[in-house]
Amino acid sequence: MSLLKVTIDNIEVEVEPGTTILNAARKIGGSVVPPAMCYYSKLEGSGGYCRSCLVKISQSSAKDTRPMPKLVPSCRTAVQDGMVVLNTTSPEVMENRRAITEFLLLNHPLDCPVCDQAGECHLQDLSYEHGLEETNTIEERRTFEPIDIGELIKLNMNRCILCYRCVKVADQLTDKRVHGVLNRGDHSEISTYILNAVDNDFSGNMIDVCPVGALTDRTFRFKSRVWFTKPMDAHRDCNTCSGKTVVWLKGEEILRVTGRKDTYGELEEFICNECRFHKKKVSDWVIEGPRNIKRNSVISQNHYQNLKPTGDEPQKPE
Amino acid sequence: MQNLTNRSKVVSDKKMTFLEKIYLPAILRGMSITLSHFFRKKSTISYPEQTREFSKVYRGQHVLKRDELGRERCTACGLCAVACPAEAITMISAERKPGEEHLYREEKYAAVYEINMLRCIFCGDCEDACPKEAIFLTDRIVSSQYKRQPFVYGKDILVEPLDPEKRIDISARQTDAVRKFKENKKYAHNK
Repeated sequence: MSLLKVTIDNIEVEVEPGTTILNAARKIGGSVVPPAMCYYSKLEGSGGYCRSCLVKISQSSAKDTRPMPKLVPSCRTAVQDGMVVLNTTSPEVMENRRAITEFLLLNHPLDCPVCDQAGECHLQDLSYEHGLEETNTIEERRTFEPIDIGELIKLNMNRCILCYRCVKVADQLTDKRVHGVLNRGDHSEISTYILNAVDNDFSGNMIDVCPVGALTDRTFRFKSRVWFTKPMDAHRDCNTCSGKTVVWLKGEEILRVTGRKDTYGELEEFICNECRFHKKKVSDWVIEGPRNIKRNSVISQNHYQNLKPTGDEPQKPE
Repeated sequence: MQNLTNRSKVVSDKKMTFLEKIYLPAILRGMSITLSHFFRKKSTISYPEQTREFSKVYRGQHVLKRDELGRERCTACGLCAVACPAEAITMISAERKPGEEHLYREEKYAAVYEINMLRCIFCGDCEDACPKEAIFLTDRIVSSQYKRQPFVYGKDILVEPLDPEKRIDISARQTDAVRKFKENKKYAHNK
């Protein structure tokens, strides 16, 4: 079948039939890509919950030139030939995104100074870009006590934005589903049900897929702020996973191990718990070199030098 | 060459007169200038018996504030350290244990908090960066030492005393505009 032509923010791109608008935008890259808090390309059926990727469609297709009546989630909508999509060029979309950000922050506590995710939190990035300085709500936020899911993972339900990513990880990566979402609407919460410990080899990946600080590494808990550690690409021979990870060093000490994340904060490969939690010695790893960190990330504040160009260095004015 | 100023004088080698030769008038004129300074107002003070009046927003030694219940405000978020242009601040955080709620306001606290006063340039960026109103610069002067090590101030020096009488007053550093801003309910999430 022939490729479909779609225009996003006045940029034309040709994609395969069945591609979503979000993935078409990712093919272009840069600021055209709508933010995604719940969509995860490696997890089947993810997306559609957070609404932060809503875009405006000013022309449905080449045959039907009418605009779509309301904003559509770009992670769930497939492109059609001749579709014209407006993302950052539409004031309506940007206004809507501001409102969605406020909506996501309704119950989210402002405990970034305490949270281990701060500095690599997608919600922090989203609210920094689209949020308000002030809040319109004075009501109490819903609160939960932090729960230990097993020895290695901490669940802080206060911070959860119900993106369902971790549930999909448990569904698709592990053979036995041990946790899910209980209750409905404003009452819904991620739970292991009667505090069943998650003891699967790949359960640690739910920490990496969590866009906020709801699921955090207990072995790294309050050890250091992310921006005081130096991320290094490293690998080791592992029987269960690829063994390709990022180790976060402070001096000569490995404070934590995570998977390698791409431009959109998605894991390139899922790693096993053995690599993530139990290999905290430099001698366990073959360190390849510094990880490429975007220069607008707070992690690069740590005088962190890139050896390879990342492509987002400041451009010389012409 | 063209003169740059009109103050240049042509040097001459003419003979001195008798009055000039005995030098006395010149000496007396010089002494009178010196003596007149004895009766002028002194520009120095005898510190530390006397101290000068400081600006309300003088940036001297830091203080780590406690809240009204005497709990430490600092949560070791690291923003002061990342804002510090001189890299003078280091910290190690720890988790609050049950039963320590009266000591620390948040779940996390700074177990070690050090400022190297030799590195510090007293710019006040840490004060600006702090989201918890924990660190402030005060009008106290960092005292001199004989060695370098005592200049690394730990929590024992930085945290203000628990005794309400001995708390460090920083209210002068906050203007009415700041106080009004805090009362606004729209910004209540910043507290």
